[in-house]
Amino acid sequence: MSAPSSPVNKPIGAARQVAPVLLILFAAVPALANAADLGFATQMVSRIMIYAIAALSLDIILGYGAMVSFGHAAFIGIGAYAVGIASAHDLWDASITFPMAMLGGGLFALVTGAICLRTRGVYFIMITLAFGQMAYFTASSLSAYGGDDGLTMWGRSEVFGYSPLENETTFYYVVLACLASCYVFAKALVGSRFGRVIVGVRENRLRMQAVGFNPYAYQLVAYVIAGMMAGLAGALLANHTEFVSPSTMSWQRSGDLIIMVVLGGTGTLHGAILGAVAYLALEEILSHVTEHWRVFFGPMLILVVLFARGGLGRLIGGRGAGG
Amino acid sequence: MTATLVAVQVLNGLQLGVLLFLVAAGLTLVFGVMDFINLAHGVQYMLGAYLAVTFYGLTGSFFMALILALLAALAFGLLLEFLVFRHLYDRDHLDQVLATFGVILFLNEGVRIVWGAAPLSYPIPDLLKGTIPLMDGFGYPIYRVAMILSGLATAVLLWVLVTRTRVGMLVRAGATNPRMVAALGVDIRRLFMVVFGFGAMLAGFAGVMAGPIFSVEPGMGDGVLILAFVVIVIGGIGSIRGAFVAALIIGLVDTLGRSFMTDIFKTMMAPAAANQVGPAIASMLIYLLMAGVLFFRPTGLFPAAGR
Repeated sequence: MSAPSSPVNKPIGAARQVAPVLLILFAAVPALANAADLGFATQMVSRIMIYAIAALSLDIILGYGAMVSFGHAAFIGIGAYAVGIASAHDLWDASITFPMAMLGGGLFALVTGAICLRTRGVYFIMITLAFGQMAYFTASSLSAYGGDDGLTMWGRSEVFGYSPLENETTFYYVVLACLASCYVFAKALVGSRFGRVIVGVRENRLRMQAVGFNPYAYQLVAYVIAGMMAGLAGALLANHTEFVSPSTMSWQRSGDLIIMVVLGGTGTLHGAILGAVAYLALEEILSHVTEHWRVFFGPMLILVVLFARGGLGRLIGGRGAGG
Repeated sequence: MTATLVAVQVLNGLQLGVLLFLVAAGLTLVFGVMDFINLAHGVQYMLGAYLAVTFYGLTGSFFMALILALLAALAFGLLLEFLVFRHLYDRDHLDQVLATFGVILFLNEGVRIVWGAAPLSYPIPDLLKGTIPLMDGFGYPIYRVAMILSGLATAVLLWVLVTRTRVGMLVRAGATNPRMVAALGVDIRRLFMVVFGFGAMLAGFAGVMAGPIFSVEPGMGDGVLILAFVVIVIGGIGSIRGAFVAALIIGLVDTLGRSFMTDIFKTMMAPAAANQVGPAIASMLIYLLMAGVLFFRPTGLFPAAGR
């Protein structure tokens, strides 16, 4: 979609260091926040990191596979609801609920992806949007689990009977560890033979078919992986707010995720993290200035699309993938 | 009594259908001719309703408000085209999605600043007040009938415009091969502008008509936009005929599903369970329908020629 010229996305120069530097900076946040007596910063940054995981998962399919999913928030919501609903049935153990959240996200991705991936381009965008809405309305009508109002969890997930996540700093580092593992995994994935096939399909589907690959199967697997990763983000998000609500899956949230990925630079992975940081920090700052911050954010977004093609990741990391 | 209820719901479904058609027609035209995906189409619908609120306040007449709101919606559509959209025609769909999403954020919030977050409304004109007796003393509001009729009239008008006029011929040619049309000496940019303005006006018209029966509030266009997407995906992107058929199908399926799904489930399972499952399935129905259509016909029911 974004017409990158190099077939394999290999970061050049400074771009290679962006993600490790970001992760190290993240690791320092709780200590700095405590020192500066800004306790809320830890919570805020853990939310940013959770969305970074989701943006990362979207970048795998959007950036590398050119599958513009406009219903990505649904996977987050499904992950969140898996943990929330389990807690409503007094099931708190993360060793059960987190895999459930990932499986839920993956399963939804498998079923909807099987239909969505039969279509291309704009159809794909709209169909993923419609499935996202479907998940949203389903969650809104779950009256046993709060319906429109959402579902409050009475605590965070436990690990084998202990509840270490209740501690904000511990929770923060768990989120950071998840983000780091997801990044390493995604990095390995896009660098592998599988990742090259995904990029190849993006560049020239027909040619990949001619060489003997089945593009549909590869794309579906990538879609399911992204769904599972977003499901994990959802599970973390539910724990973060101790509350799940349909608004997590609203189509605006899916739009936000696309903005994060594009803002940071598609098909770079570190760009997704950077985009999540930039977007949510901007939201935080602008919303302090005025409750009508979207009036400023909307035009900013338009200007970024019109004039700053390639996103923040390219500005910082030089020419990464394509360009 | 049940027959009356079904008749009322069928009429309600038709009314939702023509409303969706008015929005979807512009969306599918703009996409068909310019290959442009316009998420901001829903806010143009919302803007139509808000403009009608203001003009109604100024003139005190529904029909004056309707005309003025249509003109203002047209002007605003052209302004947006000039400022933002025309710079995006050559971009890929992702850029278009993002930029028009930015327009949505801006306008939804802008409306909140100008008109406030509270729902507004304006009354049905005296001429269209009252009900038409349906059967055994059960009436149906004239205004809703008028909505259905004006929607159908617009559909006929569009059909004549597209198939019987020179502009319509250019639009069809532009949808098939814009570069060839440009090479033959047609100012394709101006054609785009005309189509875009017309689409914005149709969406605004739908908004004005919807104002008295739905509440006029920020974000009211978002739900309609998504439904319109479902409509044009089912109908085949770029096809007006497809949009018309699909809009009526979606309007009917959604309305009838919401009214009768719970009762249907009650014949099969315990009432308590039916009350749970019914509404959930009803709200998913159109998406299931869309998934089904796409599974068998990935380009919709009436794929536009040349695409």
